[in-house]
Amino acid sequence: MQWEIVIGLEVHTQLSTRSKIFSGAATAFGAAPNSQACAVDIALPGVLPVLNHGAVERAIRFGLAVGAKINSPSIFARKNYFYPDLPKGYQISQYELPVVDGGNVKIPVGGDGNEHEKTIRLTRAHLEEDAGKSLHEDFHGMTGIDLNRAGTPLLEIVSEPDMRSSAEAVAFAKTLHSLVRWIDICDGNMQEGSFRCDANVSVRPHGSDKLGTRCEIKNLNSFRFLEKAIDYEARRQMEILEDGGTIRQETRLYDSDKDETRTMRSKEDAQDYRYFPDPDLLPLEISADWINRVRAMLPELPEAKRSSYMAEHGLSAYDAGVLTATREMAGYFESTVKLLPAQAKLCANWIMGEVSGRLHKEALDIAQCPVSPAQLAGLLLSISDGTVSGKTAKDVFDAMWRGECDGNADIIIETKGLKQISDAGEIEQLIDGILAANPQQVADYRNGKEKAFNSLVGQAMKATKGKANPAQVNELLKKKLIE
Amino acid sequence: MLNSSLKQLSALLATKKISSVELTGEFLKRVQALNPNYNAFITVDENMSLAQAQAADAMLASGQAHPLTGIPIAQKDIFCTKGWLTTCGSKMLSNFVSPYDAGVIERFNAAGAVNIGKTNMDEFAMGSSNETSFYGPVKNPWDITAVPGGSSGGSACAVAARMAPAATGTDTGGSIRQPAALCGISGIKPTYGLVSRYGMIAFASSLDQGGPMAKSAEDLALMLNVMAGFDTRDSTSLQRAPEDYARDLARPLQGLRIGLPKEYFVEGMSADVARAVEAAIGEYRKLGAEIVEVSLPNTKLSIPVYYVLAPAEASSNLSRFDGVRYGHRAPEYVDLNDMYQKSRAQGFGAEVKRRILIGTYVLSHGYYDAYYIQAQKLRRLIAQDFAAAFAQCDIIMGPTTPTVAFALGEKSSNPVQMYLSDTYTIATNLAGLPGMSIPAGFGDNNRPVGLHLIGNYFAEAQMLNVAYQYQQVTDWHIRMPDKLIA
Repeated sequence: MQWEIVIGLEVHTQLSTRSKIFSGAATAFGAAPNSQACAVDIALPGVLPVLNHGAVERAIRFGLAVGAKINSPSIFARKNYFYPDLPKGYQISQYELPVVDGGNVKIPVGGDGNEHEKTIRLTRAHLEEDAGKSLHEDFHGMTGIDLNRAGTPLLEIVSEPDMRSSAEAVAFAKTLHSLVRWIDICDGNMQEGSFRCDANVSVRPHGSDKLGTRCEIKNLNSFRFLEKAIDYEARRQMEILEDGGTIRQETRLYDSDKDETRTMRSKEDAQDYRYFPDPDLLPLEISADWINRVRAMLPELPEAKRSSYMAEHGLSAYDAGVLTATREMAGYFESTVKLLPAQAKLCANWIMGEVSGRLHKEALDIAQCPVSPAQLAGLLLSISDGTVSGKTAKDVFDAMWRGECDGNADIIIETKGLKQISDAGEIEQLIDGILAANPQQVADYRNGKEKAFNSLVGQAMKATKGKANPAQVNELLKKKLIE
Repeated sequence: MLNSSLKQLSALLATKKISSVELTGEFLKRVQALNPNYNAFITVDENMSLAQAQAADAMLASGQAHPLTGIPIAQKDIFCTKGWLTTCGSKMLSNFVSPYDAGVIERFNAAGAVNIGKTNMDEFAMGSSNETSFYGPVKNPWDITAVPGGSSGGSACAVAARMAPAATGTDTGGSIRQPAALCGISGIKPTYGLVSRYGMIAFASSLDQGGPMAKSAEDLALMLNVMAGFDTRDSTSLQRAPEDYARDLARPLQGLRIGLPKEYFVEGMSADVARAVEAAIGEYRKLGAEIVEVSLPNTKLSIPVYYVLAPAEASSNLSRFDGVRYGHRAPEYVDLNDMYQKSRAQGFGAEVKRRILIGTYVLSHGYYDAYYIQAQKLRRLIAQDFAAAFAQCDIIMGPTTPTVAFALGEKSSNPVQMYLSDTYTIATNLAGLPGMSIPAGFGDNNRPVGLHLIGNYFAEAQMLNVAYQYQQVTDWHIRMPDKLIA
């Protein structure tokens, strides 16, 4: 049977406020255990929550960025359950009336010529507080509780089940990851847990419009784990169904060491959270004025930029997506292409290739790139006007990266004598010499050995230390060999 | 001096006729003599009280005094008080020394008042007789075999027996007014949001409100001047310009429209209470008030509505008492669940457990709509009744309680009978309105009767005026129990 995979994601993004969502304690990562937990976070008797408006503002920013409705009022509710790292015995979250209602996100899908955008609908996004951490390893026979994280503001973003493959789920997660950083509401640090995904996965016979029974896979904190967990889980479900079995609705955990998911708790064990409106917090009113102020401060969104990159610069959806991964990346691209408007594809290829590769290798952000957009544009201009070949340009780029000649491509090319030889006469002379010196290869080629041609080209390049214009070399060599 | 008003005590302190250390010492002596029999205080700490009195004397000497500077005030053990055991009447918190002060305590400290001790109360403020306290019942100063009411029974007893000139209480369904009535003192539950709930251990957050308990309306006004005020740490606290609650005390009552809800006078009220209330209404007529009949048709639903909503909130509010971070933890357990179960089973008393169970039930999947949502709707109807009534009158009056103080043990095995003793007070909490009880004579067995006043939102100054004028022509509020057993 042909199966279709159906995926919806719940993404917990930690909002970048300096203090917690309901207390004044700091949210900084990595402090000594319980050094960032105040009376409210510890849930001493008598303490009360006070809403951090910075968290609300970030939620509004997100809502506007995905074209959602901002609910006013929205309601904070208590989710009741006992756990040692949940100090109040309930988590303040939102249930009915979340702050962000609906919205959608466009993701790049398909590949190899079939690249296009797909719209993923969002169900909602709601504000809630994070719990603390239970430390099971450090205390023999006991569990340590660190409440530093308790009360950290989270925006839980819930999608509709609109994704049909792990690749789409990853594309969606990456798009969201890029968006929340773009609008500056979350640092996106996945190692520190600032961005974590739960995936709801089900499968159904291809063509069916009925959803299968789903399983939720919790706490996937990397894109790779997200992809592998979905693939494993979908395969598991298909195998069960193909063997005539049924899927049990349950919550599962992904074990990255074994690359498998396993049962955490079944639906029957699901707790009754006894949600009810938190009487300590008034309904949250968000005025149109507040929304307008937040809207006015929003940067141009990646989606709009992607469209303009595709329309104005003729870039593919994939390229546009990569270049809008971060605001800094987009800024770098735009600064470069502004100086070289006719060479957008060349700019894109270099930024996504050489520049990004080098940054990645040296673990640098694009903001820390030693080669400025203007310097890069200088180099790319030399490629486009034939002053240097693409291959030589990489050497020039290395020199620029090292800061030679103040990163000026022209001066580097000049001082190192890397200028491409494009003079037809000069190249012809060179080729004549090579043909004369290599009668065997010439004969081989004329006898149908194509490889001999490459060898001759290689000799020409070698003789000029790579400076000969390869297109011209090819052309002239062919001409001479046919003669 | 024991029967002096706060104003008189303040004058004695201001004129150096007595120091705060001496005054505090006098009341501490009385506490030592009476508390073993009446059990009004859970914690008394002479050293801490006297240190505060010394600081108050310095404040008085420096001319920085406030009307309450140097005056001993008894604090209900529901208010977190830095350095003091703060138990909320429960074994669960029998080892909890608060590391911080409640908003209300901060205000008394800033005013230079002296904390004379933490008063006994029903466990987590759940009770109407003070019999649910882990620290044992409080006794009624008018009759040691009777209950003092609850949950602020310790505060009511302390003021009635003159162990403290005034005290704080909290009122979720009548917990200030009912014990005030049963002990023959005055008490006011302000409009919801007027007094900060920060540091006041939560029972039912949407109903809880702190307020003062004292001998007279004048004393209540001075106390409320300290207690009321916006607190950024309580999101339900109301941001309003500060007011002087004593400003209207002297205003004549000519033309005041007093509404008597017809539903209050048909059933449930005992004859002795009815007689006293009618006599009080007669006094108001003489003072120039006009009596109008009003109707509160949904008031009869108050008790069922309250016993859905209050336990629902309580079941969640009390979840933090899990033995993990503070409070009682079972000495032996096998795993996490066992620790939770044993700690809570041992730490909570029967009434608290009953309400946690009720609250958990009404919030459960499948029952939430039928109970919690339905109760919220009725809560709005109850509030609408009051809005309609206040279109016809300025203030509503009736009995605070259906009967005078009942005997210890009489209702402790029958929770529903116990709940009915708050039948007249609960509706004001559901509506968020201010309510007040003032002494209005004596009923059977010479036990006090309380007159209940319900005002419109923020009508505290007017209510205190109405009570004060009555207290100018009656002396119930300065009667002292004459058979106190030392």
